[in-house]
Amino acid sequence: MLTVRGISRSFGDHKVLDEVSFDVRPGRMTGFLGANGSGKTTTMRIVLGVLAAHGGSVSWQGTEVRPDNRPDFGYMPEERGLYPKMKVRDQITWLARLHGVDRETAQRNTDELLEDLELTGRAGDRLEELSLGNQQRVQIAAALVHDPDVLILDEPFSGLDPIAVETVLDVLRKRAANGVPVLFSSHQLAIVERLCDDVVIISKGRIAANGSREELRARHAGERYEIVVAEDAGWVRDVPGVTILDLDGPRAVFEAEPQQVLRAALDRGEVRSFTPVVPTLDEIFKEVI
Amino acid sequence: MARASFSQATWLVAEREMKTLFGTKGFWIGFAFTVVGLFALTVLPTVFGGDDPKVAVVGSASQAVQGKALDVREVGSVQEASDLVRADDVEAAIVPDGAGIKVLALNSPPNSVIRELVESPPVELLEASAVTSGQRSVTVIVFGLVFLMFGMGGAAIAQSTVTEKQTRIVEILVSTVPVRALLAGKILGHTILTLGQVVVLALAAPIALRVAGLGELLGVVAPALGWFIPFLMLGFVLISSMWAVAGALVSRQEDLGSTMGLVMIAVMGPYFGVQFFYENPAVLKVMSFVPFTAGVAMPVRLFAEQAKAWEAILSLGILAVTVVVILLVASRLYTGSLLQTGARVKLSKAWAPAE
Repeated sequence: MLTVRGISRSFGDHKVLDEVSFDVRPGRMTGFLGANGSGKTTTMRIVLGVLAAHGGSVSWQGTEVRPDNRPDFGYMPEERGLYPKMKVRDQITWLARLHGVDRETAQRNTDELLEDLELTGRAGDRLEELSLGNQQRVQIAAALVHDPDVLILDEPFSGLDPIAVETVLDVLRKRAANGVPVLFSSHQLAIVERLCDDVVIISKGRIAANGSREELRARHAGERYEIVVAEDAGWVRDVPGVTILDLDGPRAVFEAEPQQVLRAALDRGEVRSFTPVVPTLDEIFKEVI
Repeated sequence: MARASFSQATWLVAEREMKTLFGTKGFWIGFAFTVVGLFALTVLPTVFGGDDPKVAVVGSASQAVQGKALDVREVGSVQEASDLVRADDVEAAIVPDGAGIKVLALNSPPNSVIRELVESPPVELLEASAVTSGQRSVTVIVFGLVFLMFGMGGAAIAQSTVTEKQTRIVEILVSTVPVRALLAGKILGHTILTLGQVVVLALAAPIALRVAGLGELLGVVAPALGWFIPFLMLGFVLISSMWAVAGALVSRQEDLGSTMGLVMIAVMGPYFGVQFFYENPAVLKVMSFVPFTAGVAMPVRLFAEQAKAWEAILSLGILAVTVVVILLVASRLYTGSLLQTGARVKLSKAWAPAE
């Protein structure tokens, strides 16, 4: 597990991070959400040791991370970067070797990844000859090729078309399933909603919400339910203690003690559905930041 | 998982730098140009300047030219000889004049012909040197040019550093290996490449001299060349660490010009300094101990047999110490500026301890 505790950082007088704490658990995809300038990239750079923190600590498996005992990170920076004139396969293999992987394993891993990312046909091309979407996939390969202990991905899905998103998702899920903690930032909430197990929301340098996706939803759900009956649902507003939020023919959304509404509905006739209303990540996000 | 050790990381970086440079046309064109240039400089003077001057000779004057290094053409009359001179077919005509001879030429005294005809007095040099002043000036030009060329070649380090900053791959690199390994790898890679080129040139030089018929010069050039190589290599490390810093201070290729100035001065300075002052032994002596100019000045002094071996070793020692100091300074500046993006990083900011 990667543990971030009380990290702060300023640039000049501007405090960018203020006591940021969260965990990235093994085998789980942790979504890191925040508006532009909220401190996502700074946090990731500090975790990687590229930038120094002005306080707080980062620990891996319970031990504080220092330059000499850093776990092997797979990193995808927000501002994409690879050598434009280097051939795709050479480049990925070279990066693997830089991480200490021996030549044979590096080549094998590279070929497997290029296969998984559907790039085998472009392996001999220079990076600059590829489309932006394909360059993005190469960037993913660069982050994964050395079988890292932890994955830190800054906006891995931006610039990808929906099919490419699926391809990349498959590759990332495979890693997470093998027990690798994955932290990725994104502003595409729909993707995060579908993909992540845990969510960390950062706002103006502070953690605004943090927990598993279900936990967060439950925490922000309140006493909100939706009922759909066969006939008109207008009677619901007359049940004592009910606040109607939305009423539309046979469908009503309300806040109240749910059982008495359900009982009343069953007394009146058929109930087609009765569900708690779970807020989307989008709603939670807007609520907390 | 095993991570790459410092030396492995350094070597991987060095290897990539070399492969990248090998893959560029500019590298090969530049190198071919140098080899061809070196041959041209040594061989061409012999090819063009080697022929004996042509003269027309009339009648009894032919006795005066016997055994002289002249290309003689005997003609029947003075008129015929003058026509040949006017037509520029010969440099001069040698005609009888009373008991002696007279030289006819077009518009200036034909010195090369006169030199052959007059009896030179015996000359004794008090400080004989195996090298003529002409050979010395060629050596100054060759050593200077080679130093200049490789020194400027180090700009590739600045370019490769800016490429990494500009594409932001530097973030991946820095999160993977120590910054010092990046710097060391770049310098190592380019130094090996330079050494390789110098070795090829050093092997080609004797061949060029033989072709030019200057084989006897070899005995003098070889030791100077032997000294030139360590001076050149240490000088290259010195300059390449400065190139690396010049690259790390900016974030875009377009801005590179603003930081390259100082390094260019460090490269061009020795070249021009030695070109201007090589005939002034006092200045040359000082320059042969100053780290930046020593690379050219000391081998030139050795070639001219003005310096002793201990002087060369001392100068090499000064250079080596300077290299270590500059490397330490460069390494700190490089680390301090590599991850700073945007405008050009000020030296003081690059030097400041990391926040």
